[in-house]
Amino acid sequence: MAGNMNITLKVWRQKNANTKGKLVSYNAKDVSPDMSFLEMIDEVNEVLIKKGDEPIAFDHDCREGICGMCSMVIDGRPHGPKEGITTCQLHMRSFKDGDTITIEPWRAKGFPVLKDLVVDRSAFDRIIQAGGYISVNTGVTIDANAIAISKQDSDKAFDAATCIGCGACVAACKNASAMLFLSAKVSQLSLLPQGHPERKSRVENMLQQMEDEGFGNCSNTGACSVECPKEIGQEHIARLNREFIAAKASSDNV
Amino acid sequence: MKLDSKIPEGPIGDKWTKHKFKLKLVNPANRRKYDIIVVGTGLAGSSAAASLGEMGYNVKVFCFQDSPRRAHSIAAQGGINSAKNYRNDGDSVYRLFYDTVKGGDYRAREGNVHRLAEVSVNIIDQCVAQGVPFAREYGGLLDNRSFGGAQVARTFYARGQTGQQLLLGAYSALERQVNEGTVKQYTRHEMLDVVTIDGIAKGVVVRDLVTGEIESHSAHAVLLCTGGYGNVFYLSTNAQGCNVTAAWRAHKKGALFGNPCFTQIHPTCIPVSGDHQSKLTLMSESLRNDGRVWVPAKPGDKRVAADIPEGERDYFLERKYPSFGNLVPRDVASRNAKEMCDEGKGVGASGLAVYLDFADSIKRLGEDAVRAKYGNLFDMYAQITGENPYKTPMRIYPAVHYTMGGLWVDYNLSTTVKGLYALGEANFSDHGANRLGASALMQGLADGYFVIPATLSDYLAEIGPKAVDKNHPAFAEAVKSVKDQTAKLLAINGKKTANEYHKELGKIMWEYCGMARNAEGLKKAQKLIQELRADFWKNVKVSGEAEDLNPNLERAGRVADFLELGELMVVDALNRNESCGGHFREEYQTDENEAQRDDDHYAYVAAWEYKGDNQPEELHKEDLVFENVKLTQRSYK
Amino acid sequence: MNWFISAVSSSVGKKIMMALTGLFLCSFLVVHLIGNLQLLKLDLGLSFNTYAQFMSHNPVIQTISKGNFAIILAHALIALFLTRQNASARPIGYQVKKGSANSTWSSRNMGLLGTILLVFIAVHLYHFWWQVHYGGTIPMREYTDDHGNLVSFTDLYAAVMFAFSNPYIVAFYVFSMIAMGYHLYHGFASAFQSLGLNHVKYNGLIRAVGFLFYFVIPAAYASIPLIIFFR
Repeated sequence: MAGNMNITLKVWRQKNANTKGKLVSYNAKDVSPDMSFLEMIDEVNEVLIKKGDEPIAFDHDCREGICGMCSMVIDGRPHGPKEGITTCQLHMRSFKDGDTITIEPWRAKGFPVLKDLVVDRSAFDRIIQAGGYISVNTGVTIDANAIAISKQDSDKAFDAATCIGCGACVAACKNASAMLFLSAKVSQLSLLPQGHPERKSRVENMLQQMEDEGFGNCSNTGACSVECPKEIGQEHIARLNREFIAAKASSDNV
Repeated sequence: MKLDSKIPEGPIGDKWTKHKFKLKLVNPANRRKYDIIVVGTGLAGSSAAASLGEMGYNVKVFCFQDSPRRAHSIAAQGGINSAKNYRNDGDSVYRLFYDTVKGGDYRAREGNVHRLAEVSVNIIDQCVAQGVPFAREYGGLLDNRSFGGAQVARTFYARGQTGQQLLLGAYSALERQVNEGTVKQYTRHEMLDVVTIDGIAKGVVVRDLVTGEIESHSAHAVLLCTGGYGNVFYLSTNAQGCNVTAAWRAHKKGALFGNPCFTQIHPTCIPVSGDHQSKLTLMSESLRNDGRVWVPAKPGDKRVAADIPEGERDYFLERKYPSFGNLVPRDVASRNAKEMCDEGKGVGASGLAVYLDFADSIKRLGEDAVRAKYGNLFDMYAQITGENPYKTPMRIYPAVHYTMGGLWVDYNLSTTVKGLYALGEANFSDHGANRLGASALMQGLADGYFVIPATLSDYLAEIGPKAVDKNHPAFAEAVKSVKDQTAKLLAINGKKTANEYHKELGKIMWEYCGMARNAEGLKKAQKLIQELRADFWKNVKVSGEAEDLNPNLERAGRVADFLELGELMVVDALNRNESCGGHFREEYQTDENEAQRDDDHYAYVAAWEYKGDNQPEELHKEDLVFENVKLTQRSYK
Repeated sequence: MNWFISAVSSSVGKKIMMALTGLFLCSFLVVHLIGNLQLLKLDLGLSFNTYAQFMSHNPVIQTISKGNFAIILAHALIALFLTRQNASARPIGYQVKKGSANSTWSSRNMGLLGTILLVFIAVHLYHFWWQVHYGGTIPMREYTDDHGNLVSFTDLYAAVMFAFSNPYIVAFYVFSMIAMGYHLYHGFASAFQSLGLNHVKYNGLIRAVGFLFYFVIPAAYASIPLIIFFR
């Protein structure tokens, strides 16, 4: 069911991490407003493949806004013009016939481009490896209801835990800081009693890892929270700051 | 080949405990001498890799996504069942066991299902200790809800994102092991073959999806945790990357495939809007608690919903199933929606949808109350369709959601290839012909956290820690065959894209092997698939290079495998001359149009053996023995 | 001490330093404004010159003043360091930028605003502070105090009046105060966020006091040259 919109795309094409890239223009014809943004690119790619050209490489998987794989900066905004959604949840009805749309990859030293719109986000895994967990082995026999946790704290922890690790926070931040991502995990685990035994070393180590990965410093512009598809708020960064101050002041790591 | 399920003897409640005691152990000091490969990082893969790493084994874990956290378990919405009986409403391990066997329409193994129910209790303890933020009550204890028509509230949940929270719990445990050095993580790597030496699994061949390099890795055991194959239908609620390749290549190396035709269709998905559609979005089943399903009473009625008066609407589920109404199980709801559309009563531009109407609930509870309960789902619907579900009824249609079939495994989760194991949705074992809501997460974690750490040690202790010979020619041969296939795909240089073939295959599968099947259609489908497959290998167009990040090439390889699996599904559906659970053969139904099982002839697991390219597969039967559960006809009237 | 250095030099540590120095400078603004308002008294500069005399000769104030310079310098240097580090965190920028969609203009331009303020401070110090301390060009002026005694002060008041009769200097001062307003529009609340003080109960208070700092105080500062110019 072809639609009636014609769109011009300017897409970042880059062969691999070692070559320079540039914006290349494509025409997306007969676009239906019911298409998702990624389906529109699928159609462009089908045409490219048939011509024997390489399709535009982009990350995507679940296409329902939860896996965190899709990652495009659309007209200067991570995940496009609408708030609270990922690129895969964006539909072409948010655009008009005749629009020109510029698509770029996440830009950060910590997220090197692998090809076209695909970037390497393994830095996020390494930040989690630095302490984004509770050290319990399989086989816990403490009954799940042995500790009561206030619903308010549990709900706040959940709000932080909704982070999908997409990296839009980094892409949006003028400093390419990963503070919102970091704070989401620190905040979740500091709000839950299970996370308390390791809270000091966790925040120290995770922050150190973020710096080592080459992400910038937070300057509280709040852009990350606005562009976060899960709308994780600035209060989590504030909590991270508190955790960090308390940890530095009282941990045994001299 | 004689299939031995290795179900332990004795009373159902003692089987697992006794079995665990009989299993051999590996001395903690020796564990680091064993290499174990885990493929896939969903709930089963992450939990298995983390647990084995904690025990001290040397683990390598592979996933095709850019991070283990992206595996599609993340998208599960509803919840996870556990026989905790925190609600004191009569739940027990035995009841969960009983419900699961019954819900599976008596095509699952009693022994496996009981074990699943037993360890369900431990799963919740484990997850809470990891910091999974399950929903809580004001008193601070865990909340439960009733799910999927269960009579007890045994489902633990984290808003509509339970799968995400459980996976992130398992992922964090996995990353902890990566940090400790027991697990090595390979992201953007796709498994393309199993390496067997003398019929025993000794490693895998993977493709580095960034560089295109084909590598082999050796191990004492290989665990496939690679999920289901719902994407054989092209459109499903699965992620784009979900595929059968790992399981299928294992199948071709000798692992039997169990019950491939058992697929689950979920009734509440957003309908297809056009040919461009790449995926279907599931709307939580909970919507049926407050929404009423209806179609126009007259076929071909194209008026908009608001213009159809009450008297000219057919609330078909309420009409046909007065006691369960809109809450009938998934398979029943799905089939009835299809029936209505087949009669020409479908709504929307395509005519392939039914209404799910919240007008009554909004009138009764107020719009705010409905928003509080389902706001995020309504927003999602509005975003995708451009319609306001508070004003006009939602349009829904069933979509493929889960596959109960998978690699055949015994009680130890071992496939018929020694040293090769299958966990989670990738195996066939626990859900019979139909999976109950909130049971998939339970099974994935049960297999990974609690079953495999116990059963794998028995095998490892038996083979000993002697290092695998990485120079064995089997590795080079497997690498070569993978490289050959890649080269072959790139060389065809035809006219149609892999995506187009996939779409066509999907249409065939959905039409003839979807919600309702019949012998005639299945035979036709088999022929169509064979033709399509032959055409694929003559006329597919794959651009780009082998030694590069090439999503187009990845897709083509996966579609090639779906084209083979699709035929096996059709063959299996044709073989099973009965209806059960998700497998509905139109020839076999009761007078009330319900699935008519044939327990005398089909109370078995159909396990298929690969016999070579384009050769018919051989059927092996594992008879199902029911010692505890009485086989009855399901009725939701 | 190792831990302290690592804490201060960390990403969060640096922003905490920015917050603490920034808030200190905010408090300085209040004190300075009280002094400046003496300029508006129609007493031929007696109040203002008395205040200036006190500020430039009291040993406690002199010590604080030195500290103040150090803090301004620290605030600027850490900012410079952060800005450079942040710039290197994104070696290749976006072709299309749309920061306005997700953040305030001032939050994205703190470096620019801070630089304007630094230039302003330099000019301001040259005009008045330097002249008072080292310039020696400002004459003395004698007053009769409340007790009928004759007292003599450096006539900074006259120097200010002279400067603010120049429209370019007035314009520069007003422009700089607008920059300060924008700087504090982001900076004041941001300091509390950096210190981890973000709580529903107190955010309203921070916003209200913030209004004082980003609007009322800069407006009061800017009004002084304007009033003098047009008087």
